[in-house]
Amino acid sequence: MSAFVQYTLQGLAAGGFYALAALGLAVIFGVLGVVNFSHGACYMLGAVAAAVLLDVLHVHFWVALVVVPMLLFLVGMAMERLFVRWLLRLDPLYNFLLTFGLSLILVDLVKRRYGVSGLPYERPAGLDGQLQIGGLGLSTYQVFACVFSFVICGLVWLVLTKTRVGMIVRASTEDAERTRALGINVGRWITPVFGFGIALAGLAGVMAAPFRAVTADMGSNFVIILFAVVVIGGLGSILGAVVAGFLVGLVEAYGQAYAPTFAQVAIFLLMAAVVLFRPAGLFGREETA
Amino acid sequence: MRSKKPVAAVAVAVCGSLALAACGAAGGPSAAGGKISNDKVVLGLLNDQSGVYKDLSGPNSKVAIEMAIEDYKTKFGDKAVAKTIEIVSADHQNKPDIANTKAQEMYDRQNADVILDVPTSSAALAVANQAKAKKKLFIDVGAATTALTGKSCNKYTFHWAYDTHMLANGTGAATVRQGGKVWSIVYPDYAFGQDMNKSFTAAVEGAGGTVQQSIATPFPNDNFATFITRAGSTNPKVIATMAAGGDLINFVKQFNQAGMKDTTLAVGLMFITDIHSLGVDQFAGTTFTDAWYWNFDAKNRAWADKFKAKTNTRPTFAHAANYSAALQYLEAVQRAGTDNADAVVKELEGKDLNDIFLRNGKVRAADHRVLHDAYLAKVKAKGEVKQDWDYEKVLATIPADKAFGPVSVDCKM
Repeated sequence: MSAFVQYTLQGLAAGGFYALAALGLAVIFGVLGVVNFSHGACYMLGAVAAAVLLDVLHVHFWVALVVVPMLLFLVGMAMERLFVRWLLRLDPLYNFLLTFGLSLILVDLVKRRYGVSGLPYERPAGLDGQLQIGGLGLSTYQVFACVFSFVICGLVWLVLTKTRVGMIVRASTEDAERTRALGINVGRWITPVFGFGIALAGLAGVMAAPFRAVTADMGSNFVIILFAVVVIGGLGSILGAVVAGFLVGLVEAYGQAYAPTFAQVAIFLLMAAVVLFRPAGLFGREETA
Repeated sequence: MRSKKPVAAVAVAVCGSLALAACGAAGGPSAAGGKISNDKVVLGLLNDQSGVYKDLSGPNSKVAIEMAIEDYKTKFGDKAVAKTIEIVSADHQNKPDIANTKAQEMYDRQNADVILDVPTSSAALAVANQAKAKKKLFIDVGAATTALTGKSCNKYTFHWAYDTHMLANGTGAATVRQGGKVWSIVYPDYAFGQDMNKSFTAAVEGAGGTVQQSIATPFPNDNFATFITRAGSTNPKVIATMAAGGDLINFVKQFNQAGMKDTTLAVGLMFITDIHSLGVDQFAGTTFTDAWYWNFDAKNRAWADKFKAKTNTRPTFAHAANYSAALQYLEAVQRAGTDNADAVVKELEGKDLNDIFLRNGKVRAADHRVLHDAYLAKVKAKGEVKQDWDYEKVLATIPADKAFGPVSVDCKM
């Protein structure tokens, strides 16, 4: 029983990363219709930025958690302004290829500057060690990762549902043409929304830095699972991305615990099943599929 | 327009045949080259120059080989048999198919007399087959599989630095002796991991320990948390990971997070670059087997200082072993008076060799396993680190005759 609780926590902690990053991917797809393949590279940039800031400027983990997503927000806006924008009118495939190319360039630039074997990252004080909850020893970091990503997802949800900005973003996601017809300048929101999506990937990266290898390649495996998450949740569905993120984390953890060799396959079996029975994903609508 | 076409075709044909003729003249085996083919010795370096194993060997191994060439030239001066020595290098991206074609290209078109390094077991085995077919030398440094001196052994292939048996025997037996009798092993599910799992299980059981669980994980993988909990669920004394590179760092970070204070972490294969990239405190106290350590004695330090002057980093054992392999190859050419592969093999087989990397070195004639001293090392605590890269404390020297396994029955030269 105690092992099961631990597996569940581990699944939710890993799911938190997927949920945060997939949320960014879903927002970008919703508003821009862009399948951002560079999301994994941006996740990596978040982790690398945290490690570099710690090493050079002694920026603590807790500060990095705020500063790095802000930096990535700027990076994202620049990416949209300089590259993505020009291909929006073309077939979505063009932007898919563009962002794929961008991610290759980003990864190689990081390799060139910092090598391939990774950057050290000290364990942040306060997150080291174990929490004793009801006789169970749970990793503080995992509890934190789990709770923190829940909170962030909740905040994003609040912003999207309770504020005017959120309403515009949601309306653009639903139907950009009609939103425009209602007198809203959808174009003005495109750049910050892209930046925001990238910032979420960066945030997931910062959270990963203390307990995953900070290397140029860390995003390449991550992005594949991320796409599985988004497909399971439904492309462009914000709630879907979050639910599927945690779901995939749990499937991965239970897989690792009870059928280790099938741990990674299980995620893609789930994806295949979802695509087979609900082609638009768990929370997607048919027309977005 | 139309009348120009045949003219162009003729021009192309003429150029083509000229190029072919030129190619034939330059690329064929040189008859006038005397005892050194093509009048030069060509050393081929084939390794990972862009991926996960770039830092532990990669382009800096070329620097190590250049150092070997320099030392050879200084030692023999005008008497050197190899007057012109060239290095050709290529990136095999850790893929056996690429390694295979690159090796072919090196032997056939670039006239490489020997191929060096080749990390990644599957890639190394592909190159061993090429060496056998082309009858040219291959000295492997970077790969761990014992198959190079087992099923795939051949007259032209040598295994220089380490193998899974050496790693398992050192770490496994030493840890059991120190009281870590009950093990759980977590290994990546591919050739290297499976080989390591077998070698470690044999070593632990041979030393009187038991292996409760062997858990296979996907490769590559970045989330090991649940595998670690599962490995710890049977309360072993030791949890061993056979992950390498980035996966190893993932594993260690997550192991430290799991708070298993009564369980020792054993690491199958570790390079000093891994410790550097994770930071000593995460690894502190971990025992592992090393093939060579730069700060072991004055001789190693002197070489490492020279290396640092050129690369601005400290050498891994792979860098030192590539230096050693290139140097010993050139010295064998010197003794043989030719770069003819069969003659050089004869000069290496059964010989006692010593240099900065090989201590009490000997090339075992039966399977071309190079025997040498290995080291049981421990990662220092942060407070003990006196300078950059000063991460290891050598606990014991494992003598050359005990460090490696016996000749495999599968090896038919």
